[in-house]
Amino acid sequence: MFNDTVINEINEIRAKYPDRKSALLPALYVAQREFGWLSQEAMESVAHALNLPAAFVRGTASFYSMFKHKPVGRNVIQLCTNVSCMILGAEKLVDFLKTKYGVEPNATSEDGRFSLVIMECIGACGTAPAMLVNTDFHENLTEKSLEKILDKYK
Amino acid sequence: MENFLLRNIDNPNSADIGEYEKSGGYKNLTRALGMEAAEVLEEVKASGLRGRGGAGFPTFMKWNFAKADPKFPKYLLCNADEGEPGTFKDRPILEKNPHLLIEGMAISGYVLGAEHGYIYLRGEYPAAKDILEAAIKQAYEKNLLGDNILGKGFNFSLAVHQGAGAYICGEETALIESLEGKKGQPRTKPPFPVNVGVWDMPTIVNNVETLSNLPLIMEIGGEAYSKIGSEECPGPKLFCVSGFVEKPGVYELPMGTNLKDIIYKHCGGIKNGGKLKAVIPGGISTPVFPADGIDCAMDFVAVPKAGSMLGSGAVIVMDESVCMVKVTYRALKFFEHESCGKCVPCREGTDWLRKILERIENGFGREGDIELLLDVVKVMIGRTFCPLGDGAAGVVTAMIKHFRNEFEEHISTRKCKLSEAN
Repeated sequence: MFNDTVINEINEIRAKYPDRKSALLPALYVAQREFGWLSQEAMESVAHALNLPAAFVRGTASFYSMFKHKPVGRNVIQLCTNVSCMILGAEKLVDFLKTKYGVEPNATSEDGRFSLVIMECIGACGTAPAMLVNTDFHENLTEKSLEKILDKYK
Repeated sequence: MENFLLRNIDNPNSADIGEYEKSGGYKNLTRALGMEAAEVLEEVKASGLRGRGGAGFPTFMKWNFAKADPKFPKYLLCNADEGEPGTFKDRPILEKNPHLLIEGMAISGYVLGAEHGYIYLRGEYPAAKDILEAAIKQAYEKNLLGDNILGKGFNFSLAVHQGAGAYICGEETALIESLEGKKGQPRTKPPFPVNVGVWDMPTIVNNVETLSNLPLIMEIGGEAYSKIGSEECPGPKLFCVSGFVEKPGVYELPMGTNLKDIIYKHCGGIKNGGKLKAVIPGGISTPVFPADGIDCAMDFVAVPKAGSMLGSGAVIVMDESVCMVKVTYRALKFFEHESCGKCVPCREGTDWLRKILERIENGFGREGDIELLLDVVKVMIGRTFCPLGDGAAGVVTAMIKHFRNEFEEHISTRKCKLSEAN
């Protein structure tokens, strides 16, 4: 369960809305930050904090692709392969990540350093191909620049 | 035309309220609050502003419906769930010019009698969240948001609500469901959100770019605004161009600028002197134009006449190296992934289309597959709950119409020539 600081944070979020259900998405983000992913315990903690049925919390959490339902690596690479990125070489970058870092789409490298998520457009089409690493945008990617960028994420 | 929506974005401090005020920021809110709400609404009507989210619905009409509903409180929601692949036009406003949006929302709230606003921001823009929240805090500190704004007796609260990676939440009723903490599945209409929206109250959902036009309408007046760009849908428009052009990016141009000029004049033509093959004019769910079909004014009237849609103004340019079957397959993979699963024609249709396209692209296409694709399309169009399914079906129809030979060649030669060459 959450400690008091987190409970207070969730209560503050709740105050932004006229009903407690609406605080669910932001509260799930808080839980994901606290637990690293949305484990059973994480979702139950949210249900408890917002006084919502656990099944409702699970239902919502399962719908959205940015909520993680298994543990992820220390760094999450979110690489776009939608059309604008694809036509400028994003698929080759997926292969490169596989060979160089041993990370497959929707999986985590054995050393736990990287998880790879294939994204559906991250709004960086003018600077494609692009990715988010954790919450940082990296754009105009090539194999070379990708390698240099990932060096910074240990 | 001088930039308005993208004014100051080259200034590294453009997101700061001080910089925004230096270039006349929030004067338009002051001006609006000095007028009757009905007078401001008249300006919006005179401006001819139409929604920039894709449908191009007249803003004045939507607002009038919401105002006519006697229920209170009313809610103003900003759709910042910019998820249509190829679209990145709202990002510069959100990240570089957040006060323009905040000012636009406060003016809109005043006109509508809405005292509460939310910005539904896509989860994929984490930087924008921090920037918007900092900007909102600054606006509260200067009493440009909050209670009794500038002593004029108008209250308006504003908060950011972060989505979590579901394309469908760009559909306004799915957005409302998501704001209510539920799965983002579209609602049956009617009732429309202007009558029964978030928390069952009258709700106005407008795109970031639409709301960001309000300060300009106040600045120059509705009449002058209506003289910018196309007569039937005036104003400045953000076009975001990606793919094989020399200078991709976001361009603020008058509505109705010719697509050819956008590509060749503003974006410097095809990358590395390549040959143009096709252009998707308004984001991935809009039907493709072949190379000889791009002499078209980019507005909500001319593009449909030419067989596609303006959508979000997301222009994706493809040269001869691009395989159209592969693009169609990738698009359908997207639609299948993003279908919310609520209605059968979309849920099953996108799955079928993706499977057939996948086998064609991978060299396992069968004779009759093109007809089968068109058959599936037929049972989707007009039968889905929301435009997602229609969009997916329209993409396939247009691709087959203009590039049928590529589909046939994949099936007869059992391979993708272009993928092999790359």
